[in-house]
Amino acid sequence: MSVELDVFVGNTTIMDEEVYQLWLDGYTVNDAVKVRMEGGVMDECEASKDVLLSDTMDQYRTFQMCERLLHSPAKLANQLLFQIPPHRQIMLIERYYAFDDTFVREVLGKKLSKGTKKDLDDISAKTSVTLKSCRRQFDNFKRVFKVVEELKGPLVENIRQHFLLSDKLARDYAAIVFFANNRFETGKRKLQYLSFQDFAFCAGQLISNWTVGAVDNMVEDMDVDLDKEFLQELKELKILITDKDLLDQHKSLVCTALRGKTKVFIEMEGSFKNLSRGLINIAAKLTNTKDVRDFFIDLVEKFIEPCRSDRWSAADMKLYLTHYTNSAHILDTFK
Amino acid sequence: MPGKLKAKIVAGRHLPVMDRASDLTDAFVEVKFGNTTFKTDVCPKSLNPQWNSEWFKFEVDDEDLQDEPLQITVLDHDTYSANDAIGKVYIDIDPLLYSEAASVISGWFPIYDTIHGIRGEINVIVKVELFNDLNRFRQSSCGVKFFCTTCIPQCYRATLVHGFVEELVVNEDPEYQWIDRIRTPRASNEARQRLISLMSGELQRKIGLKVLEMGGNAVVGYLQCFDLEGESGLVVRAIGTACTLDKLSSGSAPNTNTHMHPNTAPASNACNSPSKDGKEPVFVEDLPSSSGPPTPFRALPTSSSPPPFSPSKPCSRQSSSSDTDLSLTPKTGMGSGGSAGKEAGPLRTLLRQQTQTALEQREFPFFTLTSFPPGFLLHVGGVVSARSVKLLDRIHNPALGNTRSYKLLDWNSVTADEPETRDAWWEEIRQEIKSHARALGCHAVVGYSESTSICEEVCILSASGTAAILNPRYMREGCLDIGCTDHRFEEPSPPNCGFCHIPYDELNMPFPAQLTYCYHCRRQKVPDVLFTTIDLPSEAAVAGKGCLIQARLCRLKKKAQGEANATAISNLLPFMEYELHTQLMNKLKLRSMNALFGLHIQISVGENMLLGLASATGVYLTALPAPGGIQIAGKTPGDLSSEHISSIQKRINDTIAVNKELYQINPPKLFALDPEVFCGINMELAEEGVGSPIPEPRHRSRLFRSHSESSDELSELDLSHGKKDAFVLEIDDTDAVEDIHSLLIDAPPPTGFYSCNTENMPGISNWTSGVQMFTSVRVLRLSNANLTNQGLNKIFTDLCENLLKSFYFKLRSMIPCCLCHLNFTVAVPEEELIQVTVTAVAMTYDKEQTQEKTAEKPVNKGSLEAEEQLQFPLELCADSSSSNIQTASKISGVGESTNMSPRAASVDYGSFADRCSTWLELLRLKAHTIRRGSVKTSRRTQSLAHSVSSLERCSPLQEGRSRSLRSSRSFGGSSVTVVKMTPLSFLPGTRIIKYLGIINMFFIRETTSLREEGGVSGFLHSFIAEVFAMVRAHVAALGGNAVVSYSMKECVFMENPNKNQAQCLINVSGDAVICISETDQESSASTANTGQTGGSETDGAT
Repeated sequence: MSVELDVFVGNTTIMDEEVYQLWLDGYTVNDAVKVRMEGGVMDECEASKDVLLSDTMDQYRTFQMCERLLHSPAKLANQLLFQIPPHRQIMLIERYYAFDDTFVREVLGKKLSKGTKKDLDDISAKTSVTLKSCRRQFDNFKRVFKVVEELKGPLVENIRQHFLLSDKLARDYAAIVFFANNRFETGKRKLQYLSFQDFAFCAGQLISNWTVGAVDNMVEDMDVDLDKEFLQELKELKILITDKDLLDQHKSLVCTALRGKTKVFIEMEGSFKNLSRGLINIAAKLTNTKDVRDFFIDLVEKFIEPCRSDRWSAADMKLYLTHYTNSAHILDTFK
Repeated sequence: MPGKLKAKIVAGRHLPVMDRASDLTDAFVEVKFGNTTFKTDVCPKSLNPQWNSEWFKFEVDDEDLQDEPLQITVLDHDTYSANDAIGKVYIDIDPLLYSEAASVISGWFPIYDTIHGIRGEINVIVKVELFNDLNRFRQSSCGVKFFCTTCIPQCYRATLVHGFVEELVVNEDPEYQWIDRIRTPRASNEARQRLISLMSGELQRKIGLKVLEMGGNAVVGYLQCFDLEGESGLVVRAIGTACTLDKLSSGSAPNTNTHMHPNTAPASNACNSPSKDGKEPVFVEDLPSSSGPPTPFRALPTSSSPPPFSPSKPCSRQSSSSDTDLSLTPKTGMGSGGSAGKEAGPLRTLLRQQTQTALEQREFPFFTLTSFPPGFLLHVGGVVSARSVKLLDRIHNPALGNTRSYKLLDWNSVTADEPETRDAWWEEIRQEIKSHARALGCHAVVGYSESTSICEEVCILSASGTAAILNPRYMREGCLDIGCTDHRFEEPSPPNCGFCHIPYDELNMPFPAQLTYCYHCRRQKVPDVLFTTIDLPSEAAVAGKGCLIQARLCRLKKKAQGEANATAISNLLPFMEYELHTQLMNKLKLRSMNALFGLHIQISVGENMLLGLASATGVYLTALPAPGGIQIAGKTPGDLSSEHISSIQKRINDTIAVNKELYQINPPKLFALDPEVFCGINMELAEEGVGSPIPEPRHRSRLFRSHSESSDELSELDLSHGKKDAFVLEIDDTDAVEDIHSLLIDAPPPTGFYSCNTENMPGISNWTSGVQMFTSVRVLRLSNANLTNQGLNKIFTDLCENLLKSFYFKLRSMIPCCLCHLNFTVAVPEEELIQVTVTAVAMTYDKEQTQEKTAEKPVNKGSLEAEEQLQFPLELCADSSSSNIQTASKISGVGESTNMSPRAASVDYGSFADRCSTWLELLRLKAHTIRRGSVKTSRRTQSLAHSVSSLERCSPLQEGRSRSLRSSRSFGGSSVTVVKMTPLSFLPGTRIIKYLGIINMFFIRETTSLREEGGVSGFLHSFIAEVFAMVRAHVAALGGNAVVSYSMKECVFMENPNKNQAQCLINVSGDAVICISETDQESSASTANTGQTGGSETDGAT
């Protein structure tokens, strides 16, 4: 005796958020049933394991059928197959496009290609995110990347409109797309201490200040590519380290401003020239694609690590950089 | 040229990629109606094509308009090879043919392919221009409205109920034609879909014609079914109730279509004009025979001198013990029954006679309605049912079929069966039902339905209904005039208990039944248990809540062929019915209830087994005596220790107590004691002084549990189980123990859930707006070939119970909620498969209010007294009419007998019954039977003549009831209308303002890549979702936002996993409506329409 067929279809599609999450997380039906049993749903409605299994199977099937629509979320709103209340649709989309920070950290800056996809099982093993979930997340990145690649206009807004995502999630996706496009190296051991959100913040800053879109907001790829002209102009900063006078002038301006305001003043004063050289060198090399990729690793090696070894605090760093920038503006050359 | 059909193809979206190279599609559309086809331009390289075509115009007969669907085919243009079909849309244009329904069909339709399912959507606009046709001999019946709803639709008022209409159309099944071997599965499926669509159209048109002949303008309770008889063809048959409906103007109180009460009823034009009365023959003598079209019920309002009236005279009418008597009944009519007023209540007799006169006129006084306007239903006798086993291959005679059927076919080799053969079969069954009703002293059958179960060449035809006596007021034209006379006498019996009063003669009861005086009015006799197929009348007084009660049964049968098989089945049938009945009765007692509503017994035949499933909603009617308990008795003390028995007894008593609590059964009686207490208490009669005591000797008889009993025992087996105080279950073998255990297995629904299979949930009426309709299908494979009946029963019971448990679990977020209209369908698709299909709706309700409502019950007694004094004048007129009718019925009786077609060469359940004796007949009557404990009353009980609906009116409209409905409807910016679906006739918190037409759709889905589609479950899951989507799309295109009275009539699933193939056929129907939230409406129309606040109660009454 065995159940050959078992389906339940509601006029309004019934979806349990808990089961949806389990499905998204890549649990098999049996594992999901176990998790649910431990979660205590059974007591809620005098259910048995069979009931739970049947329910889980039904829901999994529903999600599988919905998945096709979730690939282009705009369709979900005007498809006829499932009658899903709007707030549910939003939930479905938001959760489907949600990702694990640990997973995205692994693929951040990598080319979203088949090659990377093949490595997913390694990433899955490393991050203990199930392979199924890894694939979904990876495919989401790729899908978003492909769609916005061909679109004009601001990146975040495009993602939000095309995939009906929340602002936060759209920004994260923008960061992922931005990183993937510029192939920033994030996997090195020295960068491991940085979380996805750290990079996402950087991406946000880069997008709003360094891209073509920062200047002109109706160009293709405006937010995805760094502004070549800007990078070219950065080369002019070299004068700050090549001109001895300028370097000293800059140093004295910064030191005057910082004196007494930071505990690490002595160390800062001592390493000013090295730090400035490090920063300017990174900036000057950015016309080179290879050096763009190494942007973060260079930044860490040439700037952050020396500061850290001198036990700068974050506030010290902020203060230093603010005055470093402001002082440069005061210099005659940049007036 | 009475009609012009116009169609415009606007656009498509989400089309599938048909050209792999470009990942695009070059789509164009063919629009076909009848034999005319138009094409749009090709819209190259787009998945979202914009055709914006011209208006394609079809000039057609209205006959074709009714029969044919508009067929839209979307294709992919291919320069070099044949164009590939993407999919089709069939649009039934029937809703455009009523003047007051939809005026345009416009919207997005899913493009459906029988192999691939839904493939994108297409936007279409369809209009019809109808010219008036004055041709008397027209074949069309445009304008007749159809409703699936089994009550008078909201926003209509029935001025006249004409009665039963039926029709069937037979054709050859395209699947079984030679051409099927050479055509693709897609072509075959499409031929089938098209044929069925044509046949349903034709059927509806023919029924419409009958309605027009009867002078009606609508069919209510329209029930259409398919019989897929395989080789021997395809039958599409339908039954319904012809009515004359008046649309209520929006200004008048919307929900008072129930008010046939002359005081409140607005004067209808039809009623007041005398000319209308003269238009049609007033008298029955005009009717040559019953074969003619039935005319509306009519009774004589004028009175001549009445014949002597002898209420006490014992009657000589047929006793239930004689089978032959019964079969004679329809021919002799109620000659003897009607002549003497031998019923206890003269008024009742009188009313009955009056109605009888009207009803005698028609061939089948059947009504497919299940709920009626208050006062329509006077008395309910009990369930009547008939089954007949037929052999399909025997009638495989290629006689000339209906000429119309030929036209439907695209091929030449037509060997359709004569529809007359099937007509004769059903005629036979209906006659039987009619005679059963007569035996119960009833002149009408309400809540009538018909069904079939087919396995290979064996077919079981079943019909069932509830024998009843109806109020003659509704049966004739000019009801208002008559209403005035009636008004003077008021109702013959109080509305909240009147329908329980026995319609038959207590001295000559058709079966042994225990009668007591009505616990409400104390004036009339009531049975101790009442079984019906109708919904609980809105005015009925109930205690506590109702609940779903199911009896489930499996019976193995040997595999056999032909006649032997049919004989085996018909031999098994009575046993199954008996056992189902026993189970129902036990379960009813176990829940401490005394009446069943919405009883539906399905018997399904498979190759090696029969499945029986009886579902009903149990309820405690306060007019009926409290049910006795169940007593366990050991037969052989050696087998089972008395300790064991007492432990079982204790469990049963505990269960009863728990159930009482659960369903809040606190009958408003002072003597409402535990049933056990009554065991052994001598019956004493109500010291009411209303009537003489009924002698009721106590004796216990055994309940026979297995049919292994010897035959002589069988012959004395009486379904009534004699008369006894408590219901005794005797444990004579292990089977009996099993049975008792299985009784106790039925788990009560978890807290917060209630369930019923009727329109109204007894005891709950304050619905909130949460509505979730669902369909669930489960198929079980029996791996073990050596199963016993007991084992099978257990498996089947578990299957049903587990399904219910699954529903409760899935819908737990809706608590407190009630599963309404739980409709179980069982089938045996293959030898070792059991399929159960369930469609139901879960509705949320306000817990707080329920309690308040049950707590307070208004007492209203004064009107009862007044009625009694007003009986006399009515007798005068009624009796004269009855005498007239007798002659009439005799005439028509002759007609009937000549009309009787010879029995088809097949095994008939009825003929089997001839061989057996009384009890079998009783079995089929299946009226209230099993006895319960006696009741001692020492006080006058308060007659609680309260009306629930009046209470409803007082209840303030709940805040926020419609909130969620509205919020879900406002689908932010999206183009998809939310369409609610429900198997009920109403949507809580809303009012239906317009019926847009009937939805009747048939789909086939087939796959040759079953595994890839997620196995059988994945395949069926998406198919059902697709069917829902297509129904919703059609409703939305009609401008509607809901489907009421939705039902899935057919769900035939076949699979061949080895070939990776599966096929499924689904037929759904319902009424497309526009409904508005009650709060919206309230603000627009400030008129105080008090009636409608109480969702279910009032709705049910309509």
